[in-house]
Amino acid sequence: MTTKHVDHVTGVETTGHEWDGIRELNKPLPRWWVWTFYATIIWSIGYWVAYPAWPTLVGYTKGVLGYSQRATVTEEVATARAAQGSRREALASTPLDQIKANPDLLRFAMAGGGAAFGTNCAPCHGRSAQGFVGYPNLNDDDWLWGGKIDEIYKTIQYGVRSGHKQAQDSQMPKYGIDKLLDDKQIDDTAEYVLSLTGKATNTAAAERGKKIFAEQCVSCHAEDGKGKADLGAPNLTDAIWLYGGEKPAIVESIRTGRGGVMPAWQGRLDAVTLKALAVYVHSLGGGR
Amino acid sequence: MTIMDTTKPIMAEAAPGVETIDARAVNRKAERQLYAGREKIYPRLAHGRFRAVKWLVMVVTLGIYYVMPWLRWHRGPSLPDQAVLFDVERGRLFFFFFEIWPQELYYVTGILVLSALGLFLVTSAAGRVWCGYTCPQTVWTDLMVAVERFWQGDRNARIRLDKEPWGPVKIFRKAMTHLSWLMIAVATGGAFVFYFRDAPTLAREFIDGSAPAIAYLFLGVFTFTTYMLGGIAREQVCIYMCPWPRIQGAMVDRHTLLVSYRPERGEPRGPLRKDIGWGGRGDCIDCKACVAVCPMGIDIRDGSQLECIQCALCIDACNDIMDRVERPRGLIAYDTIAKQEAKVRGEHEPIQLVRARTLLYAGLMLVVAAVMAFGMWSRTALQVNVLHDRGVLFVPLSDGSVRNGYTVKILNKQHEPRDFVLSLEGLPNARLTILGMESTPQPRITVPTDNLRELRVFVTVPAAGLAALRPPQTPFSIVVTDVANGSVTRRDTLFLSASTPGAR
Repeated sequence: MTTKHVDHVTGVETTGHEWDGIRELNKPLPRWWVWTFYATIIWSIGYWVAYPAWPTLVGYTKGVLGYSQRATVTEEVATARAAQGSRREALASTPLDQIKANPDLLRFAMAGGGAAFGTNCAPCHGRSAQGFVGYPNLNDDDWLWGGKIDEIYKTIQYGVRSGHKQAQDSQMPKYGIDKLLDDKQIDDTAEYVLSLTGKATNTAAAERGKKIFAEQCVSCHAEDGKGKADLGAPNLTDAIWLYGGEKPAIVESIRTGRGGVMPAWQGRLDAVTLKALAVYVHSLGGGR
Repeated sequence: MTIMDTTKPIMAEAAPGVETIDARAVNRKAERQLYAGREKIYPRLAHGRFRAVKWLVMVVTLGIYYVMPWLRWHRGPSLPDQAVLFDVERGRLFFFFFEIWPQELYYVTGILVLSALGLFLVTSAAGRVWCGYTCPQTVWTDLMVAVERFWQGDRNARIRLDKEPWGPVKIFRKAMTHLSWLMIAVATGGAFVFYFRDAPTLAREFIDGSAPAIAYLFLGVFTFTTYMLGGIAREQVCIYMCPWPRIQGAMVDRHTLLVSYRPERGEPRGPLRKDIGWGGRGDCIDCKACVAVCPMGIDIRDGSQLECIQCALCIDACNDIMDRVERPRGLIAYDTIAKQEAKVRGEHEPIQLVRARTLLYAGLMLVVAAVMAFGMWSRTALQVNVLHDRGVLFVPLSDGSVRNGYTVKILNKQHEPRDFVLSLEGLPNARLTILGMESTPQPRITVPTDNLRELRVFVTVPAAGLAALRPPQTPFSIVVTDVANGSVTRRDTLFLSASTPGAR
């Protein structure tokens, strides 16, 4: 049996616990708080039964509802795929050149292509496809391997010098490294290339270079220097330069032959994604 | 001012023919203990001017709340005909002739700011008018108490019933009270969800059980809160849960009209003895009628206090008593502190409704209202946004021309599809192309009813035109022309280009 102790200073009942004559005042928790606390305990018991809760030696209790976050994610991914369903099929069956005429399909392809571009292409071509030195800007209208949508599609599918059988392939001779031309000849040729865009500084050298160009370069870059897309030979008369349009960069190009590489994406990405990528790249503004 | 001990033995009569009510102000600060359970309040029914106003306010506010979702407003075939609808599916807020899109939610913000300022103004002028008359907590509690009174009788009958042992009559009366409360609560929750979905449709769905789960959830939540807050918790919401009583102190000053007991007239208080009469004493006969009617369980004679919601029912109760003891009304009345202090000094102080504080609040309200009115007046049924590309600022093309890319969004808020044509202004020789429509010259852009259309737009300046640019950025406008009526919307933007030709 216990007797009630009342603290005579505050007039509040004590809990009866005593340490060296000091007693604890009895200030109970608010009732609503206590009841809420009990309710949460009861709730947790229900939770253990309904949901995965306790670890066991070989796994964990699964709960009667059979809830699993992994299953939920799988389901949501499947739902998202199903929601795309008809559009994916439409994209797969519509010829490339007709996709852009259908606003709904174009929007779908742009969204899917944009996402795939960000994951797969941005490391080389840049997040906005702006390109870097040696990696083409895909926004402009200058295309090494052709800017029609089916040409772009082919480049994406098989890559450039990727080793794939159908890859876009060609190789410019390494005129300097392989000693096909000496330094002076290379310099003359570079002066001639500069003259194509009106930037030559030494007309005599350019005149000498013209002869070398006619002998060595026209088979790929064409007599007028406008290049050939089926050989990946760039147009040397326009304002766009992959490796730079200044003389040192042009000299270096003739010396080493350059020759960038792009992987083949067929087999890595599914057919619908490849198609969406082609539409996306073609729609960046430079597509022909 | 002396406050007499109200806990002293209660006399049967406060004045000849006026009983002293055995009412204790359980929620007055001095009596409220932190570690004690709530003491139930049994508010007595008051009769008088302020009670009548409160009944009227209850009928009007509840009437608006319950009836509003059922009002119709014709908007055309493809749009809902509910006058007030927060349309979740379409993402629109319909209010009679007006409708707003999600990005125009600032109108709602404006209305909330206006309401807050209105609350400040009213509070600085006449105290907690909001709390006492129009706050949903007050109105629903008042309704719940009225229902309780209907089934269990007035104050004395309810106290008796609670003391009685449980029997068939008590069970019936209590059960009917709670059942009525629950019905009111369900109706309240039901009316709430009707604001978010076409009311007749949703009512039908509720009956055949096909309403969306979220509708049932909110019906449940509002049923629970109405029953709990209005029926059970009542004054505790105002005293413990609501922040407004703490804030309102900042709006009240010496010139604010407050429900006040006038101690200079009432004190010293005490029961009226026939043999002694009114000489040398105050008008308060300490009958506690003011305490008995108080829904907050306080004594207004303790002065202005946080617990008082200023509902003025004590004014009605006291006036009633004053009539019966043949003293003038207004022992408890709307009064200002300044006026009371002046009276003690024997001076007269007028009520000052127009003062710096009220002028400030009213002025701010005018400003906000003017801003909103301007916003609504200048609101167009067409919205055009032009965004310049961010990743690639400009693209040099092989022929030396320069291209910029833009995203143009056209928002048609009209209830019919519209055709638009895009053109350029201030950028000579430049060419405008729209993705997907490159082959059509001057393509017509159809924006469907009540919808948004997003376009990729390219603007190209030929090499010959570059000299006319002012790099790095040349201002120009994209012009959207409505084909049907020729109305023109201009959006200023910039054309970016390199300072040195050929650079990238």
